[in-house]
Amino acid sequence: MSVSTRPEVTSSATADSQRHSARISRLYSRRSTLWWPPLVVFAILLGVAYLVALYYDKVVQLPYLIPYPHLVLKEFYGDPFFTPLLYADLLNTTQVALTGLACAIVIGVGWATLMSLAKWIERSLYPYAVILQCIPILALVPLIGSLFGYEFLSRVIVATIIAIFPMVSNTLFGLQSVDQSQRELFELQGAGKITTLTKLRFPAAMPSIFLGLRNAAGLSVIGAIVGDLFFQRGTPGLGVLIQVSTARLNGPGTFAAIIVASLLGIAVFLSFGWLARVVVGKWYDFG
Amino acid sequence: MSAPALMKPSRSAASSDTLLDFRQVAMQFPNGTVALSGIDLTVNRGEFVTVVGPSGCGKSTLLRIASGLETASEGTAEVDTKRIGYVFQDATLLPWRTVQDNVELLAELGGVKPRERRAKAKEAIDLVGLGGFEKNLPKQLSGGMKMRTSLARSLTLEPELFLFDEPFGALDEITRERLNDELLRLFVEKQFAGLFITHSVSEAVYLSTKVVVMSGRPGSIVGTFDVPFPMPRDPDIRFTARFAELVGEVSHALREGHH
Repeated sequence: MSVSTRPEVTSSATADSQRHSARISRLYSRRSTLWWPPLVVFAILLGVAYLVALYYDKVVQLPYLIPYPHLVLKEFYGDPFFTPLLYADLLNTTQVALTGLACAIVIGVGWATLMSLAKWIERSLYPYAVILQCIPILALVPLIGSLFGYEFLSRVIVATIIAIFPMVSNTLFGLQSVDQSQRELFELQGAGKITTLTKLRFPAAMPSIFLGLRNAAGLSVIGAIVGDLFFQRGTPGLGVLIQVSTARLNGPGTFAAIIVASLLGIAVFLSFGWLARVVVGKWYDFG
Repeated sequence: MSAPALMKPSRSAASSDTLLDFRQVAMQFPNGTVALSGIDLTVNRGEFVTVVGPSGCGKSTLLRIASGLETASEGTAEVDTKRIGYVFQDATLLPWRTVQDNVELLAELGGVKPRERRAKAKEAIDLVGLGGFEKNLPKQLSGGMKMRTSLARSLTLEPELFLFDEPFGALDEITRERLNDELLRLFVEKQFAGLFITHSVSEAVYLSTKVVVMSGRPGSIVGTFDVPFPMPRDPDIRFTARFAELVGEVSHALREGHH
């Protein structure tokens, strides 16, 4: 028998795709009008920075406290002693942050998956995720140092502890966000817990997991630097560099290290946002 | 060659044709709510039974018992087939899967081999008129197309008994009428038995061979109407006096039962 419904089908599909492309072009035009205001703000901030630096140089006469921006910039490429150190430390901090993040992902997702399997497991384990989140991590850091030494391992542990909570809570939320009717659809086919997990719950949780990942990534950078501030031994990272530069009254170096640390945080945040769009952006609108 | 009628088992010819048999089914939820009481309902092969009733009368509970999602707290609920299709109120598509992959889902969960389930899905997609949309994601589909995908997904099970839980309730009138016609075409072509829940009286009369009217909570059956129009159905019967008369009778029973 022939199908009489093609017109409805096609017309609504084209309407949909038109709406879709309209939204995309709106997004692009919004972007193209919006690129310059942040630059203007940046220029203003730069101007203010020069004024403040001038004040500290001429009036307060402590020029290393707030250095001129061009001196800071020079630390990124032109200081034979400082520049190589800056990038070596950046590399070390990145390693600590990414290792900590990887641990947070594995432990966090595993923890949340376990909790999603049964209500009683969730009830037994979730309070500890919250407690972990509530412990002032700085209070714990000296203990971690004396237990695990003052090197790479301790730095990673601090980064992991700081980054883990968003992984646990977002994964759990995602795994539990599945509609009842979708679960019943699987139940009617006799699908087991594992099948439901791999074919329904995990895919459905992906957007939420990626949001958690983005937050955890930013936190892992913070964790790596915090760890550095406390653990001075082993391969140093940006935290050590910031402390040492400040102690040596190297104003431009301090600022350069702070800026690099911030850029690392931003880069990690943006790349996981990008990864989320690549992996689930096709079907999920991050808005 | 068919065996002579005399050699059939003695439990009567009618019962071997019965796919769903509810006797004095009642449902009381743990919180004390009585959703259904004293339901007697049969669905035979070749029948399309529609249940109409006010919202909250336990119509959906009826389906959930039939599908095995719930167990009746009283009475017997027998379903004489394993091939049951279930169409939910919303399309329940997985948003990360294309139309093709969504339609393949049930066969995939049932352990059907990839090549075989691909062929099944393709056939079902063509059957509901979605050929050419296999690679689309649900978010690119209209409400009607999502429902068609959902129908196609159930069709891959080749159901003998098809359960529908107000599947077209959220659609606009025009799309809904089109899908009603499609459903009737599938019913004639695929020869499944149907149990369809709706709160639209005209949809009920148009689609079914039998309309069952339920009262408000606790849901019980207050009337059963046979629909005399032959299958395949001419869409124009909707404008006949007999159709209007039947719709009137059903609506009347519905109002009587609604306290």
